[in-house]
Amino acid sequence: MRNLLSEKTVSLKPSGIRKFFDIVSEMDDAISLGVGEPDFDTPWHIRDEGIYSLEKGRTFYTSNAGLKELKEEISLYTKRKQGVTYDPANEVLVTVGGSEAIDIGLRAVVNPGDEVLIPQPSFVSYEPCAIMAGAVPVIIELKAENEFRLTAQELEEAITDKTKILVLPFPNNPTGAIMERSDLEAIAEVIRKHDILVMSDEIYAELTYKEKHISIIEIEGMRERTILINGFSKAYAMTGWRLGYACGPKEIIEQMLKLHQFAIMCAPTTSQYAAVEALRNGDEDVAEMRTAYNQRRRYLMHAFREMGLECFEPFGAFYVFPCIKEFGMTSEEFANRFLAEEKVAVVPGTAFGDCGEGYLRISYAYSLDNLKLAIGKLAHFVEKLRKERQE
Amino acid sequence: MREELLAIVERNSRIDLKELAVILGVEEVDVVNELAALESEGIICGYHTMINWEKTSIEKVSALIEVRVTPQRGQGFDSIAERIYKYPEVTSVYLISGGYDLLVSLEGKSLKEISSFVSDKLSTLDSVLSTATHFILKKYKDHGTTMAKKYEDTREKVTP
Repeated sequence: MRNLLSEKTVSLKPSGIRKFFDIVSEMDDAISLGVGEPDFDTPWHIRDEGIYSLEKGRTFYTSNAGLKELKEEISLYTKRKQGVTYDPANEVLVTVGGSEAIDIGLRAVVNPGDEVLIPQPSFVSYEPCAIMAGAVPVIIELKAENEFRLTAQELEEAITDKTKILVLPFPNNPTGAIMERSDLEAIAEVIRKHDILVMSDEIYAELTYKEKHISIIEIEGMRERTILINGFSKAYAMTGWRLGYACGPKEIIEQMLKLHQFAIMCAPTTSQYAAVEALRNGDEDVAEMRTAYNQRRRYLMHAFREMGLECFEPFGAFYVFPCIKEFGMTSEEFANRFLAEEKVAVVPGTAFGDCGEGYLRISYAYSLDNLKLAIGKLAHFVEKLRKERQE
Repeated sequence: MREELLAIVERNSRIDLKELAVILGVEEVDVVNELAALESEGIICGYHTMINWEKTSIEKVSALIEVRVTPQRGQGFDSIAERIYKYPEVTSVYLISGGYDLLVSLEGKSLKEISSFVSDKLSTLDSVLSTATHFILKKYKDHGTTMAKKYEDTREKVTP
């Protein structure tokens, strides 16, 4: 039979998480620390606006780029948080989650053979999206000794004359790493020097536990070369609403809008109405959730110290990324055994890039009671492994 | 730390002190001192337990009573409120803006007990002009806690 499939698509590796998910979902009684979404329900007033919009019959397409009110609220939001303004008319695009924005953002700017710099460990979709856009993904391996931040030197070494754009995934999933102002200033110098673009995926922007999140768009000369990606999933616990957005120079947004228009038409209308409410009246909900995450984060860091498990202190997102190299097994082996023997699911670091080897992603989007239960089992497992190694 | 501490113990007063210190990122002794201070300042007034009595075999009836009163010269509503809240069966008394003055909640063993309290004790007080008694049929949510449903995690078990 003729080969019916796209070679390029076939060549994509399936997500490492998928494989693990299949194993976990077979087990009924497994406790999971493997979830990449908030445990909170979407705040009621936001859900209520969605319901109200349905009751009023707001069930039609919106304009391609999104509801005018929503684009205006997004523009006010970046002004309020970052002190940077985007024109709602042509510099803001409402997308189906941050994921769509990643896809069309890359497709809008790269030409065949262009290199896309992707720091890893990081979210699973940058690399395949770059490949599907016809670009060559170039991986920058982030290091634990730098708290998984991207350094100017690492960036400089990865840049060639084919480099088009840097994906900047902070606060980071899976490591929980953040970039502070000085870190951003250092890489911005390299970015300006080599005249490349940035795709800054700031979906976890609201979830930082040190100082307020700093975006690269605040650094001099960066706004005009950055596609800023954010969304409602993590900040407002709205993952299932599938709503994100991109802000950037109008030349880029205009091209992204074409792709969005032809592939998607517009983001879900109900979600857009709910999102307006989230941006207008959601600050307190976010603060409350942030406080809860921070308490859990402190609990986990304390628990790791107690069991002597090496882990740098992450200040963003809702993940910790402990090191398991002392046990002499791969991340996948560890995760599989932990699941089989203690019935707790954690995600192997390698699901987020080869350099995640030796690490686990543990999500703290779970209640403290749940975490305590699971961490008790982790302590037990770690104890057991150490004994095994002594024998 | 004070605000965060209060928010935590308001929901869970039984939380372990050591755990409290860990999740607040402070020393245990600081938590102990702060709690002592909050108690002595009268900010923390008690550590109660929320009980869903409906699920027990113990009969309890509660009611909310709207009370209209004549405020007393020099004392406003305080002295009449005090006369009312001194009854042990009264669980709370609020001064309210709007159509009436005091909202009194009451807990008793039976309908009869509550109605006799209202007719014998409450409405016979000099400054009480009128009362309206509302019996509580079902509690859905109390102190920010939903009684009816339990949290269920419906998320997929592993997601990127």
